[in-house]
Amino acid sequence: MTMVGINESVKRREDPRLISGQGKYVDDIRLPGLLHLSLVRSPHAHARIKRIDVSRAAKHPGVVAVFTGADLQEQLGSLPAGWVVPDLKQPKHPPLAVDKVRYVGDAVAAVVADDPYIAADAARLVRVTYEALPGIVDAEKATKRGAPILHEGKADQGGAPNNVAFDWEVNGGDYAAARKKAEVVVKERIINQRLIPNAMEPRGVVAQYEPASGQLTMWTSTQIPHLLRLLFALVTGHPEHKLRVIAPDDGGAFGSKLYIYAEEVITGIIAKHIGRPVKWIEGRQENYLATTHGRDHITDVEICGDKDGTITGISCSVHANLGAYLSTFAPLIPTILFGIMLVGVYKLSNIQCKVRGAFTNTTPVDAYRGAGRPEATYLVERMVDRFADAVGRDPVFVRRKNMIPAFKNGREVATGVKYDSGDYKKALAMALDMVDYRQFKAEQRAARKEGRLLGIGFSTYIEICGMAPSAVAASLGAGAGLWESSLVRVHPTGKVTVFTGTSPHGQGHYTSMSQIVSSQLGIPMEDVEVVHGDTSAQQFGTGTFGSRSVVVGGSALYMSLQKVKNKARKIAAHQMGVPEKQVEFASGRFVVEDVPDKSMSFPDVALQAYHAKNLPRGMEPGLEAVSFFDPENFTWPFGCHVAIVEIDPATGEVKLKRYVAVDDVGKVINPMIVDGMVHGGVAQGVGQALVEQAVYSPDGQLLSGSMMDYAVPTAEMFPVFETARTETPSPTNPLGVKGAGETGTIAASPAVINAVVDALSHLGVTHVDMPATSEKIWRTIQDAKSRRRNGRKR
Amino acid sequence: MVTSDFEYLAPSTVAEASRLLSKYRGEAKLLAGGHSLIPLMKLRLAEPKYLIDISQVKGLSGIKDERSAIAIGAATTYAEIESSALIRRRFPILAEAAGQIADLQVRNRGTIGGSLAHADPAGDMPAVVLALGAELVALTARGTRTISVDRLNVDLLTTSLRPSEVLTTIRIPNLPARTGAAYKKFENKASHYAVVGVAAVVTMGAGGVCTGARIAVTGAGPKPVRAKRTERILIGKELTPSVIRRAASRAGAEIGDRFNDDIHASSEYRAHLTAVMAERAITEAAARAK
Ligand SMILES: Cc1cc2nc3c(=O)[nH]c(=O)nc-3n(C[C@H](O)[C@H](O)[C@H](O)COP(=O)(O)OP(=O)(O)OC[C@H]3O[C@@H](n4cnc5c(N)ncnc54)[C@H](O)[C@@H]3O)c2cc1C
Repeated sequence: MTMVGINESVKRREDPRLISGQGKYVDDIRLPGLLHLSLVRSPHAHARIKRIDVSRAAKHPGVVAVFTGADLQEQLGSLPAGWVVPDLKQPKHPPLAVDKVRYVGDAVAAVVADDPYIAADAARLVRVTYEALPGIVDAEKATKRGAPILHEGKADQGGAPNNVAFDWEVNGGDYAAARKKAEVVVKERIINQRLIPNAMEPRGVVAQYEPASGQLTMWTSTQIPHLLRLLFALVTGHPEHKLRVIAPDDGGAFGSKLYIYAEEVITGIIAKHIGRPVKWIEGRQENYLATTHGRDHITDVEICGDKDGTITGISCSVHANLGAYLSTFAPLIPTILFGIMLVGVYKLSNIQCKVRGAFTNTTPVDAYRGAGRPEATYLVERMVDRFADAVGRDPVFVRRKNMIPAFKNGREVATGVKYDSGDYKKALAMALDMVDYRQFKAEQRAARKEGRLLGIGFSTYIEICGMAPSAVAASLGAGAGLWESSLVRVHPTGKVTVFTGTSPHGQGHYTSMSQIVSSQLGIPMEDVEVVHGDTSAQQFGTGTFGSRSVVVGGSALYMSLQKVKNKARKIAAHQMGVPEKQVEFASGRFVVEDVPDKSMSFPDVALQAYHAKNLPRGMEPGLEAVSFFDPENFTWPFGCHVAIVEIDPATGEVKLKRYVAVDDVGKVINPMIVDGMVHGGVAQGVGQALVEQAVYSPDGQLLSGSMMDYAVPTAEMFPVFETARTETPSPTNPLGVKGAGETGTIAASPAVINAVVDALSHLGVTHVDMPATSEKIWRTIQDAKSRRRNGRKR
Repeated sequence: MVTSDFEYLAPSTVAEASRLLSKYRGEAKLLAGGHSLIPLMKLRLAEPKYLIDISQVKGLSGIKDERSAIAIGAATTYAEIESSALIRRRFPILAEAAGQIADLQVRNRGTIGGSLAHADPAGDMPAVVLALGAELVALTARGTRTISVDRLNVDLLTTSLRPSEVLTTIRIPNLPARTGAAYKKFENKASHYAVVGVAAVVTMGAGGVCTGARIAVTGAGPKPVRAKRTERILIGKELTPSVIRRAASRAGAEIGDRFNDDIHASSEYRAHLTAVMAERAITEAAARAK
């Protein structure tokens, strides 16, 4: 029996089940009469569909049905964008392509068979005749005249002229004026490469339709069961109250399961059509093609300021690659979640940011852990280093000089948003202490004399989390409210079931939420059950993403717990015959003030609430509470990450030697879980900095289409992470939490690249693009050396 | 990703495996660890009608001390090689290289024979075995045949093993006194195969002069090759850092203009890495030779 409070490192309650193979994932769902679906996908990046011949596939033994886009066009509808920025072009996105395919992996036909192997064999028998069209994969080139057009037609006819989906901007202060006055202006073209999320469990869907009741049930690996139910109903016309979406155990997502996907609609509609349950399980290579990718920005950025190290403005112009169609949140990620973060933690008052979203013949791009914020943080933190270098100052000096001073209760910044609370210098100071900056600088100088290349890099990052205040989000384009709710049901024996609309897929909510209950009701964690991810259990919910679950869902839970406690106190006071204010609640007991032996335990009170033989007059029986929490503002975690790298001068290989992470995520529920979050996030951020990249051929073939070709970071790349925290509570929610799911990914990439550049700075290197692969660094060193030789000759 | 239909056969003796292989000529493939073959089948780049599993065949795995040599059964896994006391004592380079292959799951299944027969251009074992001057024993219905490792690799994914032959044994002859060996691998960050790997076996004479050298390069070109130019520069010389560097700089000579070029490394970078890895392998082998 563990009575736990907040800020205690208890082990994750979900783990024994998950690590002993007793989890239940989508592929573990077995139903009588289950059929299996396999999709025929386009091998072309861009082509017209001339003819689809399904006759051989349909005759294959064991095949139940074969469908093309034309067969189901009406029922399948078109996948919409769930976030609409001004003037967004929204071309049709049929789940099964009808007349054109627009990326390698676009689905063109669905084969349903008795087992998955037959389905896969038969899918190969579907003959599709294509007329190949030229493709385009580069977001900037796609918008140039003469580029192949993905979505033909005028904007008001569902087309996207010049492949432009939107032009978005955010401005603050007067950048042009700041630039004119500035003593120093530094420019850079920065590529934020495309990434593939690589959740351990690919996606999967099982759909079951009961014709008699009209009820459709879908098990799917999703982060957003309720939003998915809503979107499915809107897309297909299937009534929302006859649809149940269940998100069972989920092997990770990192943002890639945050949408309505073609396969969910296809599987659901086909199950309904055939009247038998249907399962689709994504293979790993299919996952590389059919599940969203992340990042992919080309940015021209400029930073300006004065020689004393004062930064006065930052400006950027971005080409954001959206892929072939708009994924659900695609318009949000490179705009709001990116643009408003360009202030960083600095007193920057002049901002100019233009973002052009472009369609290309590639897999759709959407949120990937951090989603927009890593892209912004990388630009800002990289450019602060560039600026420091240009004015001949230490990057730490420049950071400190420009940092916003500590504040507790809101501070408006140039992009128009209001940070909640922060003490940026404190986190920086703690990190400097941990790395021993001076000592390192001495070591670096000595190493250089021996020809060794050591570098240190900083990232004093900030992020926007706790998605989201609904009205604010709606004004920025959100198509749904982003509040969260909770239902706390106390059973007659005092055990508790929590129903939450958040939908964990690795975050440990079962533990964190149990901890919140235990801390508030004084009952052991074991007495708490947390139910999530089932639209028939929770009335609504927004899901899990954007480091929102404890901030918004946890707060909704906290509110319900207060309601439960208050009602229980009333019952206890009534039964003990004392006024309510004389009853205190401590360690799970209601105690009469100054009369310690007069008390009732929480389970005693729960039983009374249900027995209802002696309740205060007018009180309803039972003990449960529902709360809806819509935050007044986002939360703004921050911190300082420091990377130390050593580069092998002969091969260019970058080795991460030390990694220090000081994070401020406000109040912490479970420090061990937060540490785990930071570790995983840092690994992904370092992965982006050093090894990960999705590579397309110019005509749209994914060359890094498997784990043999796409590098995922592995444990051997990492030293032991040194983590620490400062704690600046958020004033925007009752728990004072800020969210901890994305810090590592957001902070790590710039820290590592800044370290790499620092290691090479004495050779005149000022920037390298991610990923800093061995070959790229080797070439950078060669080029720098030959530049120096030529320089000397001249 | 699903393989096409096939029939699974599990013979219990080598002779039976060999007989089945002849019987289903052209339609059958031997299955050892399956860690190269199964991926190819899932991609449908290989669609054998019959799979003849030799992983449970008696006598095909295990490591034997033959005094003047050790004999490694073709179906011996990397994990067995890595942990064998005999190998660690007599040919530590083999254990060292086996330990650098992929991850534990792959090492628990992948076999040395499968690696040699498959002839992946970036395989580790082919280079190490080549540098060690191994001798290979293959079995057909007609009897056994011995192949010098120098004759094994023909081209990309192609060896001189005939389709009906079962590779049974890899025999590694003892090394002369004062011989050191080392394997240096520059890993592909995605697959963890070698971008370039160099195995060096160096013998030092009593006078401090190099008397023998076998240097093998993998990953760089279409097949593992001996760096004979490098070997010639080393032999007869004191192995000072500058001699080693000069010799290593020629390690790509035999590959010529056939360096691999892909999204992981350009041919130019591979050529450069070949010299760097050769220098490191030779330096370490020479140090161990003393
Ligand atoms: C994730 C992953 C990472 C890997 N990383 C590396 C790495 O870093 N370095 C490396 O070298 N390899 C690596 N490999 C490949 C691995 O080493 C393979 O196991 C090996 O190349 C083949 O051995 P196998 O026993 O699995 O052969 P199989 O896959 O069973 O067979 C391969 C081929 O050899 C034939 N064959 C097998 N045994 C015999 C025999 N006795 N006689 C004749 N023909 C035979 C088969 O018919 C088949 O054509 C990796 C594989 C994977 C899946």
